Amino acid sequence: MAYEFDFSLINPANMKVLGEGMVVSLEITLTGVLVGIVWGSILAMMRLSSVRPLSWFAEAYVTVCRSIPLVMVLLWFFLIVPQLLQKTFNLSAATDLRMTSSLIAFSLFEAAYCSEIIRAGIQGVSRGQLFAAQALGMHYGQVMHLVILPQAFRNMLPLLLMQGIILFQDTSLVYVSALADFFGRAYDIGERDGRTVDMLLFAGLVYFVICFFASRVVKRLHKKAFI
Amino acid sequence: MIEINNVSKAYGAFQVLTDCTTQVAKGEVVVVCGPSGSGKSTLIKTINGLEPIQKGEILVNGTNVCNPKTNLSKLRSKVGMVFQHFELFPHLTITENLTLGQIKVLGRSKDEATDKGLKLLERVGLKTQADKHPGQLSGGQQQRVAIARALSMDPVAMLFDEPTSALDPEMINEVLDVMVELAREGMTMMCVTHEMGFAKKVAHRVIFMDEGRILEDTPKDEFFGNVDQRTDRAKQFLSRILHH
Repeated sequence: MAYEFDFSLINPANMKVLGEGMVVSLEITLTGVLVGIVWGSILAMMRLSSVRPLSWFAEAYVTVCRSIPLVMVLLWFFLIVPQLLQKTFNLSAATDLRMTSSLIAFSLFEAAYCSEIIRAGIQGVSRGQLFAAQALGMHYGQVMHLVILPQAFRNMLPLLLMQGIILFQDTSLVYVSALADFFGRAYDIGERDGRTVDMLLFAGLVYFVICFFASRVVKRLHKKAFI
Repeated sequence: MIEINNVSKAYGAFQVLTDCTTQVAKGEVVVVCGPSGSGKSTLIKTINGLEPIQKGEILVNGTNVCNPKTNLSKLRSKVGMVFQHFELFPHLTITENLTLGQIKVLGRSKDEATDKGLKLLERVGLKTQADKHPGQLSGGQQQRVAIARALSMDPVAMLFDEPTSALDPEMINEVLDVMVELAREGMTMMCVTHEMGFAKKVAHRVIFMDEGRILEDTPKDEFFGNVDQRTDRAKQFLSRILHH
């Protein structure tokens, strides 16, 4: 009953194609994490703001994003954003905007998750720190930028990195827009050679190895940060 | 210097401050005492607008703290404040703690700020700790750095919110010594504290609060010398903290 894995699939030509796919996956992950943290910080501060409309907007944004499956958001963006961009910038219908729309979708979605982590991080910094910074005469922006956020980020870095690892796994969902990420490429090769199962097993192993070691690193960081 | 006129404040239905009126003149040292929950800390935090008030007005150096048009940040930069739990910035070194406000708020150059910061650090006897982080210092040392940080802004007055309450007994004096020295140099000070020895030594007036009201606002000699004239509540409080 043993399944015969076709090791000949692991050849240089296939690896090159898979490597290109990995670059796409990493590109989406990195963009998602970076934009997610920046936009997420802004959302978190809006949510904590005493200006009602701002905090309502942020709360609604986060609730909506957390209540809809990511794959649906990706599909919507895949269907809507290209048309929108083509109309706004007068691009020809042939321009490939799958990558752009995926990047936008992931970034906006990721920001919702990051903002909740960041909000908890900000609230975890004691109120006395806020008072001390204000008592020195800092205005709100300085208080946040110089005193609260650096401490909050130090506390939540492990959580944000973990979220990044989850995002890396979620990038495989871009297959709905037929974008050739690592997973998509592996699937394509499998279909072409009639060895889909082998390629998917291999792709799964790669995801596992990367995420496993990344989480180990994060765990170590976590221990360091809390000593 | 500081004028508090008919100040009232409530958290929802809970009245924290009721009709408080007092003033601190330039160069005066006023000690505020009273049982916990009497509103002392809240009162002192209203002076630089950290706690907003609902009624009354507060003037600091002629500026109305409660006027929405007042630049609160600017006003706070002129009033030093020391907290019960020190509140040094844990992610910065001692030197950075001492220079952050000077550079970012007062616009001083880094060299000028460092120079000033180190001088103050020497004054509180901690020059050798300049490159450490707050977590590496004892509570008493942290509080002395916090006083130096407040002084680095060249304040016109200093507010102390129970500066020794979170300290181990053997560290209380090193902080009080710095405060006594400051008082003798003529700094305008308002101190929430239970250290009656400190009050006897340097205070001009003692304010006694209970349940959000100022029950006594008396010259020091009168407060400690003529105990029979005190309100019953103050007598009770004094007898509890003085005879242990």
